Amino acid sequence: MLAFLLKRTANAAFVMLAVAFLAFLIFRSFGDPVEMMVNEQATQEDRAELRERLGLNDGFFTQYVRFVTNAVQGDFGISYRNQQDVMVLIAERLPATFELVLVATVISLVVGIPLGVITAVHRDSRLADALQLTSIVGVSLPSFVVGILLILAFSVTLGWLPAFGRGETVDIGWWSTGLLTPSGRAALVLPAVSLSTFQITLVMRLVRAEMLESLRADYVKFARARGVPRRRVHWVHALRNCLMPVITLTGMQIGNLIAFALVTETVFQWPGMGLLFIQAVTFVDIPVMAAYLMLVSFIFVVLNTIVDVTYAWVDPRLRDDTAKAGASNG
Amino acid sequence: MADRTDTAPVAPTPTSRLARLRDSDLWYSFRAHPSAMFAAGLLVVLALTALAAPWITPQNPYDLAALELWNSEIPPIWSPQGQWPFVLGTDVQGRDIFSAILYGSRISLIIGFASVILALTVGLSLGLIAGYFGGWIDNVIMRVGDVLLSMPFILIAILISAIATASLPTGLKSALAAPILIVAIAVPSWVQYARTVRASAMVERKKEYVQAARLIRVKSWRIMLHHILPNTLTPIMVAATLNFGLAILSEATLSFLGVGMPADQPSLGTLIRIGNQYLFSGLWWIVVFPAIQLCLIVLSVNMIGDWLRDALNPKLN
Repeated sequence: MLAFLLKRTANAAFVMLAVAFLAFLIFRSFGDPVEMMVNEQATQEDRAELRERLGLNDGFFTQYVRFVTNAVQGDFGISYRNQQDVMVLIAERLPATFELVLVATVISLVVGIPLGVITAVHRDSRLADALQLTSIVGVSLPSFVVGILLILAFSVTLGWLPAFGRGETVDIGWWSTGLLTPSGRAALVLPAVSLSTFQITLVMRLVRAEMLESLRADYVKFARARGVPRRRVHWVHALRNCLMPVITLTGMQIGNLIAFALVTETVFQWPGMGLLFIQAVTFVDIPVMAAYLMLVSFIFVVLNTIVDVTYAWVDPRLRDDTAKAGASNG
Repeated sequence: MADRTDTAPVAPTPTSRLARLRDSDLWYSFRAHPSAMFAAGLLVVLALTALAAPWITPQNPYDLAALELWNSEIPPIWSPQGQWPFVLGTDVQGRDIFSAILYGSRISLIIGFASVILALTVGLSLGLIAGYFGGWIDNVIMRVGDVLLSMPFILIAILISAIATASLPTGLKSALAAPILIVAIAVPSWVQYARTVRASAMVERKKEYVQAARLIRVKSWRIMLHHILPNTLTPIMVAATLNFGLAILSEATLSFLGVGMPADQPSLGTLIRIGNQYLFSGLWWIVVFPAIQLCLIVLSVNMIGDWLRDALNPKLN
């Protein structure tokens, strides 16, 4: 187990180094940082001095090592656009994105699990067919289209919910939350629903597939034979055995949701990291782009590694297989 | 050859191919699934109208001389202020929405299709090479794949598109927008094909028929293309269909975010981005109709992909 853990951690570290290399390449080959940072009046000496101070005269490899060392300490440099520390900019925006993703995840579970159970239990009914079809529609609706349609219906036409921004927020330490004020909660509804549509269908399809399998299992038949009510067998006995894959999926999808939140944040002008990133893309603000890329990839890699390690811990067969595959590769 | 069937050893003429298709399980399954037939019909109609856009639209939406400002902001035909021939209304410049949608669908479909073909070509070749030769080549290819998969799909596509566009001189930006998008979407999607093909290439290369082929000095590329590749086509076909839907979605998302097709040659995503600005002015038709068209295209592709996955899955038959 320890060998497996080490191997997976080393793997994750390698992937992060590669991502850092990509970010570094973008950083290096794109525009001249000095030109981006100085103002018009700077003399040639000022520029040369800044170049030296930033270490841009060092070798390629030295610069890469410095880039990684700084990144590990959370230092991604200064934004070209508004001369602020990149990490401070991202930290300000992190709570907004995090709350959005969290609420979207909760919605997807609360809606997706019951729908999945219903479609599996009433497999051949009209209702299940209709829900199945809806789920394909859900996968096919681009999240920005969902967002626009929600705004059109609930903000423009009905005027029930705000279409832009985050409402009032309350600061708890450095964390700013919109969950504690009525306007903050109202502002969260539409973005969270729009971000969760795709996730709902994923959860629903997974629960359906798993339920169909467990409904065929012997323990379900025994429970029925013992006189346990049908409803209880379905929603307690069978469902409980489907939850492990759902938890895994939810964990692994959080990275994707954070990335996809950038689309939702653009539609709703939600002041999160994604909106910051898209604005950075428009202004070719490379330090912010690089930092966002590395942060999201880091979350992605950490979640994947945790899932892999947990699985190997629960199921020793996976450990052996991967060890063997690893041996034959190397 | 592979074309021979068990029952009728006839030459592979076009008619016999058709007959073979008609007798196949896949065709039977297709006929038995109304949703698959509906989706296929819908997709054919959408694709044909999009490809025939220049001949069937009332207006060339990008010929600025054809636009008249007094035709601007006309609502759809069924509302009291509607005007023929602007069935779905016009935008603020007097551009016919129906024409813009068909031209936009053409761009969306072509970019989606081209990026799937590119990803397939790269993915299948690299997967075959990795699985067949193994060793360090395999290691390098699959590690690159691992790194790509450890970043969110949409993020890779945005970065490639944004950086490629920003590093081009202004004159070329518009001309190269479509090729850049095709590459940007293909780069994160080839890994899936490569992994599938690699897995079966690793199994097949140990089998006796491949050893025998090697013994009589059949060239490596010939073994890969004619012996190993056909064994992997079923899962690849399903993945490619579903990825076609995903590619169209990604293109639309990128264009919506402003890192895709420019406003002078808009795809559906660009049309939605432009229309989104008028959401609060009551001009809902500028954004809603392109959005519906986009959903219909992706929906029909996904329904076909779903059906194909079930129909080709031996466990379900």
